[in-house]
Amino acid sequence: MTPSRTAFAAILAKDLRTELRTLQSLPAMALFAVTTFVIFRFGLDRTSLSGSLAAGVLWATLLFAAVLGINRLFVAEREEGGFDAIRLAPIDRSALFAAKATALLAYLLALELVTVPIFAFFFLDSAAGLLPLLAILLLADIGLAATGTLISSMAVNSRARDLLVPLVLLPLVVPLMIAATGATDPVLAAGGPAYDRFGTWLMVLGLYDLIFALVGYAVFDFLLED
Amino acid sequence: MYGKGLRPLSIATVAMLALSLSLVFFYAPLDADQGFVQKIFYLHVPLAIVALVGFVIGGVFAIAHLRSNNRKWDAYSYVAIHISVIFGVAVLITGAIWAKASWGHWWVWDEPTLVSFLIVFLMYATYYPFRYAIEDPERQARYASVFAITAGAFVPLNFMAVRMAESLVHPRTFATANGGLPGEMMLVFLCSLAAFALLWTTLVKFELTAKSASGQVKRLRRALDAPVSGGSSRIAPEVS
Repeated sequence: MTPSRTAFAAILAKDLRTELRTLQSLPAMALFAVTTFVIFRFGLDRTSLSGSLAAGVLWATLLFAAVLGINRLFVAEREEGGFDAIRLAPIDRSALFAAKATALLAYLLALELVTVPIFAFFFLDSAAGLLPLLAILLLADIGLAATGTLISSMAVNSRARDLLVPLVLLPLVVPLMIAATGATDPVLAAGGPAYDRFGTWLMVLGLYDLIFALVGYAVFDFLLED
Repeated sequence: MYGKGLRPLSIATVAMLALSLSLVFFYAPLDADQGFVQKIFYLHVPLAIVALVGFVIGGVFAIAHLRSNNRKWDAYSYVAIHISVIFGVAVLITGAIWAKASWGHWWVWDEPTLVSFLIVFLMYATYYPFRYAIEDPERQARYASVFAITAGAFVPLNFMAVRMAESLVHPRTFATANGGLPGEMMLVFLCSLAAFALLWTTLVKFELTAKSASGQVKRLRRALDAPVSGGSSRIAPEVS
């Protein structure tokens, strides 16, 4: 049996290489996010945002852009027979979950690397809040990667693939979004970053990450049995 | 085989419901603050508690299904969630009525319990489209179980996050059941909680019985080689 670490590294490298060569998801996600910012600019009729409005626009956009990537996460596995190969391979199935979640995390971080500076450039008066925002982004992305991988792996085997991911994922990440926007709101406040209840919200994000990483790890085996 | 004990259970449920409703209307004291409308509390809160516990029970059945690979547990899990979703609709409606009567609005966004319940309800409402988007019955059962477990872990987390999102200055308008209720109200409350728990159990049992009966009828028809008419196999899992 191949050690899980080797399998994990191999699957992750395969995913990142495929994405780098085909550029299937990331450019679409980034383009979607930037266009959504433009729509918010006119929808809200504001040229600068701060506080809860900034947090809401940023997180709604990132979440919907993430859904695009989550939708496509397992498409190659399904269409090119990757699931069968994984099932045949003498590896721990959880390695697939861990690798896919890590790949999704990398996509999300890459997406944010592009879109968050654009968001700041479009709407924010000062870039002072971006540094603490980094911690929130990282923690929220881990949770989103765990739940997204879980839902995506189930949805890809259903009839209504593209429909199911947003349908099931959105209510599932509501607590995550509450915590993320709750922490982002004071950080992007008009008069420079403030940190009320920042630590508490980060703890909620961490707890969410932990719980859904564990749930995903525990149940993922059952999703591959066939 | 699921029909066993259904009759005494139904009778007990009806008796308990009648008892608790008469206690609500004739025994429970009028609330000094809100008067008569407060009596919806004895309907709303037990329904909510039973629905939430029902969701968690659905998750426990799902774990049993994944561990034992016995389809029976999947049917249990499905029916538990199904009845709890129906209870959830009742909770949202009674909650809205109560909110209108005591706060003046049909919906109050800064009442964390209300909002948490809505989110949990929305989460479980996606159980049906999720389940029926998967064709292969065995995979459907497995995925539905995974969903039930994930959603079960989500319920407490969601309540925590929503509660924290509220500014702490918002007054808790009603003390919850475990604090601040006078003795008579507590007694009536516990009675109606028991009544609704019984109602939930009875409905779950009825639903399971109906499913198992229709599954048997279908199997017999198939055995007789007669064309199956009006099959509703898509609507719900079979119980063998």
